[in-house]
Amino acid sequence: MPAASGRRSEPAPYPYLIVAAAWAVPGAGHLWLGRYQKGLTLLVVLPLMFAFGLWIQGRIFPFQFDELLVGLAAIADVGIGLPYFVAKIAGLGAGQVIAITYEYGNTYVIVAGLLNMLAALDAFDIAVGRK
Amino acid sequence: MDTTSHLGLLVLFSAFVSIAFAVLMRDDVKEQVTFGAKLFGTFVGSAVLLGWLLYPLPL
Repeated sequence: MPAASGRRSEPAPYPYLIVAAAWAVPGAGHLWLGRYQKGLTLLVVLPLMFAFGLWIQGRIFPFQFDELLVGLAAIADVGIGLPYFVAKIAGLGAGQVIAITYEYGNTYVIVAGLLNMLAALDAFDIAVGRK
Repeated sequence: MDTTSHLGLLVLFSAFVSIAFAVLMRDDVKEQVTFGAKLFGTFVGSAVLLGWLLYPLPL
């Protein structure tokens, strides 16, 4: 696959703060760095994917590492940032294991978190001038 | 929307992931659209193909 096209940027100050912002609010890192189209797209798509996953009875997994996959899923879930905490406070994400869409919902929630982690790493690469 | 349609959920999932990857991996909007469309087609096409390949197998 060819390398991603595009410009390289000058290193930005506070790259770790940018990563933290990118994790907390999907797309915030790119918005901070002036990549508005990317930032706005991520800001819409990732929380929507997370919310849709919860709507179709996906579960927010607990941090229980006695079952490794549950613990790893919990780490992936929290990758979405603030929407995770909003959902927890609102009492969402209990998951209906008997719902036909339960596994789909889990997949949406987990992948939304993982994609946001990827977006945060991408923001870091831009912030330090690698991209 | 019928949220119990397996194909519908697969298509929507593919759309979300394709958009995110296209935005992260390409800078130019036109390239994003092309790359995203290719990704989306590959996701959905390979899932449907795999489904048909598995179809003759007994449960």
